[in-house]
Amino acid sequence: MKTDPIHVDLSINPALVEAILVRFIRSEVTRTGFTRGVLGLSGGIDSSVVAYLAVRALGADNVLAVTMPYKTSSEATRRDSQAVVADLGVATLDVPITAQVDAYFAAFPDATRMRLANKCARERMTVLYDQSAAFEGLVIGTSNKTELLLGYGTQFGDLASAINPIGDLYKTQLRALAAHLGVPRAVLDKQPSGDLWVGQTDEGELGFSYDEVDRLLVLLVDRRWQPAQLVDAGFAPEFVDRVLKMIRRNQYKRRLPVIAKLSERTMDRDFRYPRDWGT
Amino acid sequence: MPPSTKKKTPTTRGGRQPKPAASELAARSPAELRVALAQIAPLLGDRTRNLDKHFEQIEAAKREGADLVVFPELSLTGYFLRDMVPEVALARSSLEIAQLIEAAGSLSLVAGFVEEAGGHQFHNAAFYAEAGRLLHVHRKVYLPTYGLFEEQRYFSPGRRFQAFAASRLGRVGMLICEDLWHVSAATVMQAEEVDVLICVINSPARGVSGPKIATAETYELLARTMSQLLGALVIVVNRVGFEDGLCFFGSSMAVGPDGRVIAQAPAFDESLTVVRCDLHELRRQRLITPLGRDEQLLLTIEELERIKRRRYED
Repeated sequence: MKTDPIHVDLSINPALVEAILVRFIRSEVTRTGFTRGVLGLSGGIDSSVVAYLAVRALGADNVLAVTMPYKTSSEATRRDSQAVVADLGVATLDVPITAQVDAYFAAFPDATRMRLANKCARERMTVLYDQSAAFEGLVIGTSNKTELLLGYGTQFGDLASAINPIGDLYKTQLRALAAHLGVPRAVLDKQPSGDLWVGQTDEGELGFSYDEVDRLLVLLVDRRWQPAQLVDAGFAPEFVDRVLKMIRRNQYKRRLPVIAKLSERTMDRDFRYPRDWGT
Repeated sequence: MPPSTKKKTPTTRGGRQPKPAASELAARSPAELRVALAQIAPLLGDRTRNLDKHFEQIEAAKREGADLVVFPELSLTGYFLRDMVPEVALARSSLEIAQLIEAAGSLSLVAGFVEEAGGHQFHNAAFYAEAGRLLHVHRKVYLPTYGLFEEQRYFSPGRRFQAFAASRLGRVGMLICEDLWHVSAATVMQAEEVDVLICVINSPARGVSGPKIATAETYELLARTMSQLLGALVIVVNRVGFEDGLCFFGSSMAVGPDGRVIAQAPAFDESLTVVRCDLHELRRQRLITPLGRDEQLLLTIEELERIKRRRYED
């Protein structure tokens, strides 16, 4: 792949971002009458950043960090989650999902590892939503802008949440925010991984690095460069093409299920109310 | 008298603030104008609770000895209304607006609302009232409909940038948010010879790489440029709070006729900032830089007529 000769500014002012996101979490949680939040903590950068922001917004007593290991989950996942919990003094709950996932797949022994990975993501979602009822808190999402654009997440699994404070930050921007928030060094330094199977890394699975794809995405999505201009500027045509296809193919994950229109007013088409209606 | 500011956090129900000392009131120069920037977070589509917020801020502004209180764009309704627009609309003769004007008493008042006009057309509007009377309603002329904005889907555009005479402020012009971005507004306000330009806005934060939010920097630039071009006092009041993930950044400000920011409210949080402005500064600034005197209005009109013929008639 050719190197990118264009200067792409992905810098953020982390103090400013923190000021906005802490207020966002507080506002979105309290406007519906809640005071608490629940999140799934994996020990990675994304969920750690959300845990730090949520504690600053709601207070440590009002945040529940749930760890949900599967039998193949790595030791690093457990250790790094514990480091975050210890640093924040936040309430935590460990809910292993091995028993229920394995009980299900006992009937489908030929399932692919992708099915297993998606099932684990959705199992964790149901745990979080159930714990959200027990803890009386909203589920706070942990999907970043890079993942959302590439569709690198499980629909109704890790992509499900009530509010998402980090969905407009690219992965490389989250690293800067994490460092600013004081996320433990071990979390900052490790390879991003969904821990979907033993040895899995995001960049290995995607076939490109977050640094590379974030530079492309910011030009394509935020600065509105045309694909041909990106190729002229030095991006490999197959890389641009592949990323464009991923964005387009995964649009459905970013929307509600499509509804067949029959009446004068249909949800999300011409029944148009804001989510924060009346609050 | 050097300009100075007083900042207060918003008063909550039952909150008490000290009244200004009698000696302080007595010492006031007749040229001093105290403007209260009521930087509130309206509730989205809840007119009743927003009306209460207005009453609270009006009382707080009175306690601060303010002459004028300015609320942000759509302060009675919130911004991202979509299909709620007809549900929260008011006629300018409505009971709610009459109640606000009555509550303000001798305090002059600017507030934002959805106006339902004849023919059931809806406008993003703001009114100016003083001494119990509604003096002026400005209907937003430039309705942004791009990116995250969709105002033309719901609102009809205003057709005028018209200044009016207010008792202490002189000639006053009003703009709503996007209006400030258009040179036509500056041109007409210059020709109207405004002394005070009141801009009520609902600006969501975008751009977080610099020391300040990029949109906040742009508004400061626009307000300062406008004040220098007009030699006028420019008041900008933005809201705060969140709607569907949009963060309204506040940072309301008063800019003197020399282009300097006299006072600025904090970013992000509700506040009532009372700014003391010196109306004598208008005269001084126009002596130093008499742009209004030198402006060639007839040239502008003739050139625009020529361009009109070329673009619309040929």
